Amino acid sequence: MMRFLLLFSRQGKLRLQKWFTPMSEREKKKIIRDMTTMVLARQPRSCNFLHWKDLKVIYKRYASLYFCLAIENQENELIALEVIHRYVELLDKYFGNVCELDIIFNFEKAYFILDEFLIGGEIQETSKQMVNRSIEASDMLQEDDISEWYEVELFG
Amino acid sequence: MPAVSKGDGMRGLAVFISDIRNCKSKEAEIKRINKELANIRSKFKGDKALDGYSKKKYVCKLLFIFLLGHDIDFGHMEAVNLLSSNKYTEKQIGYLFISVLVNSNSELIRLINNAIKNDLSSRNPTFMCLALHCIANVGSREMAEAFASEIPRILVAGDTMDSVKQSAALCLLRLYKTSPDLVLMGEWTSRVVHLLNDQHMGVVTAAISLITCLSQKNPDEFKTCVSLAVSRLSRIVSSASTDLQDYTYYFVPAPWLSCKLLRLLQCYPPPEDGAVKGRLVECLETILNKAQEPPKSKKVQHSNAKNAILFEAISLIIHYDSEPNLLVRACNQLGQFLQHRETNLRYLALESMCTLASSEFSHEAVKTHIETVINALKTERDVSVRQRAADLLYAMCDRSNAKQIVAEMLSYLETADYSIREEMVLKVAILAEKYAVDYSWYVDTILNLIRIAGDYVSEEVWYRVIQIVINRDDVQGYAAKTVFEALQAPACHENMVKVGGYILGEFGNLIAGDPRSSPLVQFNLLHSKFHLCSVPTRALLLSAYIKFINLFPETKATIQEVLRCDSQIRNSDVELQQRAVEYLKLSSIASTDVLATVLEEMPPFPERESSILAKLKKKKGPGAVSVPDLEDGKREGGELNGGGERGPDSAAMSASNASTPSPSADLLGMRSAAPMSAAPTSAGSLLVDVFSEAGPAAPSAAVNDDGFLRDLEPPTETSGLSSELQTPVDSPFNASSRRFVCKNNGVLFENQLLQIGIKSEYRQNLGRMYLFYGNKTSVQFASFTTTVSCPGELQSHILSILRATKPVEPVVEGGAQIQQVLNIECLTDFSEAPLLNIKFRYGGALQNLSLKLPVTINKFFQPTEMTSHDFFQRWKQLSQPQQEAQKIFKANHSMDTEVLKAKLLGLGTALLDDVDPNPENYVCAGVIQTKGQQVGCLLRLEPNGQAQMYRLTLRCSKDSVSLRLCELLAQQF
Repeated sequence: MMRFLLLFSRQGKLRLQKWFTPMSEREKKKIIRDMTTMVLARQPRSCNFLHWKDLKVIYKRYASLYFCLAIENQENELIALEVIHRYVELLDKYFGNVCELDIIFNFEKAYFILDEFLIGGEIQETSKQMVNRSIEASDMLQEDDISEWYEVELFG
Repeated sequence: MPAVSKGDGMRGLAVFISDIRNCKSKEAEIKRINKELANIRSKFKGDKALDGYSKKKYVCKLLFIFLLGHDIDFGHMEAVNLLSSNKYTEKQIGYLFISVLVNSNSELIRLINNAIKNDLSSRNPTFMCLALHCIANVGSREMAEAFASEIPRILVAGDTMDSVKQSAALCLLRLYKTSPDLVLMGEWTSRVVHLLNDQHMGVVTAAISLITCLSQKNPDEFKTCVSLAVSRLSRIVSSASTDLQDYTYYFVPAPWLSCKLLRLLQCYPPPEDGAVKGRLVECLETILNKAQEPPKSKKVQHSNAKNAILFEAISLIIHYDSEPNLLVRACNQLGQFLQHRETNLRYLALESMCTLASSEFSHEAVKTHIETVINALKTERDVSVRQRAADLLYAMCDRSNAKQIVAEMLSYLETADYSIREEMVLKVAILAEKYAVDYSWYVDTILNLIRIAGDYVSEEVWYRVIQIVINRDDVQGYAAKTVFEALQAPACHENMVKVGGYILGEFGNLIAGDPRSSPLVQFNLLHSKFHLCSVPTRALLLSAYIKFINLFPETKATIQEVLRCDSQIRNSDVELQQRAVEYLKLSSIASTDVLATVLEEMPPFPERESSILAKLKKKKGPGAVSVPDLEDGKREGGELNGGGERGPDSAAMSASNASTPSPSADLLGMRSAAPMSAAPTSAGSLLVDVFSEAGPAAPSAAVNDDGFLRDLEPPTETSGLSSELQTPVDSPFNASSRRFVCKNNGVLFENQLLQIGIKSEYRQNLGRMYLFYGNKTSVQFASFTTTVSCPGELQSHILSILRATKPVEPVVEGGAQIQQVLNIECLTDFSEAPLLNIKFRYGGALQNLSLKLPVTINKFFQPTEMTSHDFFQRWKQLSQPQQEAQKIFKANHSMDTEVLKAKLLGLGTALLDDVDPNPENYVCAGVIQTKGQQVGCLLRLEPNGQAQMYRLTLRCSKDSVSLRLCELLAQQF
């Protein structure tokens, strides 16, 4: 299974953190520090895999953002690399030409999309269409909500 | 401002985020955040009720602040409120907040669980999915308790939507991983297996993760999944790239599912059914064939997905280890990748070959790539690739290529990255010892190690070379000569001085015949290093000096002079001073006979597994280190440990190194399982050995007599020992045992490392308690022991036979949980609780924990139903003043009727309706069963809602029981 997914910028600013096993805040902070220093120090054209403690760390850079995914030792590195790519594709499809700012300003959306794709560190749905369909469906629900809310405000 | 926002824009949030981004300094950011926190706090506390939108917005801001790395200590209640909103958008934010921020605050969990329960039963698939995601995200024990039985039902129900099934499968997996004891196999089990046949690929993809995990734990119950998985895989592998529509990824059909299927098959031996096996072999061949086909796309995603399946197929082939043909094809394929232009593939090929190297079918095929691998070690730009190359060299090493490989590794060490030096040193040391044909080569290699990478040579390594030299009289002269030469270097590493000092102290006489290395020359050489060394090394040298006095009486005067000088005899370090004083005295008063006895040559060390190996295992985690073992079975004498001429002690060592594969064909289960399971247990105890006696410390017992020469060994300053002294001892955990008076299951204790769950059942005067110890970290706990003690009276005559039916295992792997069962018998009533003491090593530090076990007298209640008339009759019978205990106290918890009833029932008594004339009051009756007697108990609880007070009265046929029950219960309401 996957243990955690971190998104951080080239400056080491954390943009998204997803933990698939319970961990204390202290452990999390330590891992974030370790990951950012380790990954940012890598030379270009190095391989995308690292060993870290008893985990494998798979990372890839997309424009200004690093995606860093830790998996358990017996898991498959290449398919994990494509997990990252599929997530990027999902974000891209939703935001349209996704960039770091989209994830900063709509962090909650980035989490929702991730939840539709992965649960508990395992893949729930690999089809881009299916994931997008559920995200769009929930956006529809949101728009309904908003109109409802405006009414409340108008009358209240 | 680039406030790109989709769906529902929360303007306030976007403004806040850009404010934060515009902050010029950390201080400004903190200031802005504090301002916002104050604002939110006042909004939450304000009199005006917030509408859902504002609540959502503020909760979202809090979440953002938290994700920036700041602590958030409020807002949980508001988030929980959002959960029960009917509006999707509010509910969703509420769930997100809970998922990211929830702690195991039990009050809150109850509320959250309520909201989840509502959503699960809402039959609205979107809500159900949200609730399932939340359970999977939090995954706590409490949630498992609340939902572990509900989710399998949702998963296999005929009318559940596909998307909900997917979430339910993975949610269940999560709960199974946190609390396997709560997820009970049942009728749903077989239906889950058949999800492999589901039409919806997404459902199969989600379900297979669950099935794989369940199969690993209960292989027999899930056996049928093998043939289902093979046929599913075969359908995918043979499908055209467009057949699977959106489940095709860059022209590769269902790569994720294929990998998962191949991984599932790795939980089992090869299929016994010939047809199934044939079909599977066909699939594997197809996958290998496809690797040779020209790519359908130039995109890296295409080749990654394709190769992901290929590597997984190779893993399965290696796992089966029974198809020589496939193994060799796999090896050739990996050989091609070794020279691929993609760094990722070179890396993975090296990694995969490591496992191939341990198969007898492919070991030779792997060896043909030695030049490529050595080249990789020398030329790869990426350190992680070089490290894999070093690992592979280590794995492919055998007697035929050991000298070449050790030489290459040594020369690589001179320029190796600092991060991997220590591991490289350990590996070189192990290989040198294992494949040494002559000892001089071994001694040279280790001394070279110290010369090249002295800082990275751990104590284990130099202890080991000394052990071996002491145990082998044919290498002693050579060793003495070599260290003597090495010490001539103007700057030599302190570890060299240690080895030199020790060996010359023991065997300097063997080279003393040569005037160039006469006793005095040896001594002067050693003493010239003395002043540059640390205290432990100096202490070792002092011991070497006193040994010199015995070996070479002519050096006595010189050495006494040295010992006598102020810098020794008045040294500020007590250890050095003491040694100087004692050695000086010993040398001047003891007769030569006594000296010769006390300072006799070290006796041989008992042979044992190399402590270096233990250290490497610790570094890499158990199972990660497989010493190349292939030759162990075949090789003959002449090696350091394999040879028989030295008697049983040395044979023992080679046996412990070897997990020798038996030559029979049925290697499958054994090969993969044995080293995995054997390693942790042995590693645990070995590591302790390293600190206690594995070093040259062991034979110091030989320096017997008056004991003042207690330590000829260097004082070891091991981290293990020092951290043991500052053991953090948790105080007995009273509050938690109080929680268990009215319930039998739950989490007894939890901190960052460890979770202890408890399940117990009681019948009559007997009880059984299951303790679950969960390692929450990713690192193993070693030397894990638990003891249960009954303090004071409890031991002798109150509560007896509290014995564990079986001891816990000494090692708890990271993320694993182990179980222990305690049997309890109540002899007579008692008031103290038994103590549970837990000790383990976590990363070298000893952890020590004492907890009170929640065994209370009320656990042995049998409920007694009786009529109003009977109740009052007995009540009157128990009218002696000491039979009654009464307390009036303030309510500490909810006075809700249902809550109270649940607690009273949890107590174990019968709750009697229509007995008390006042319907507000509660009366209960029960009998406490002890071995010797039965104690009847009657209870009356009178709540006063206005005053928030209770009056509790107990009457029991035994006065001590009345008192104890009254004490226990007064804390519960």
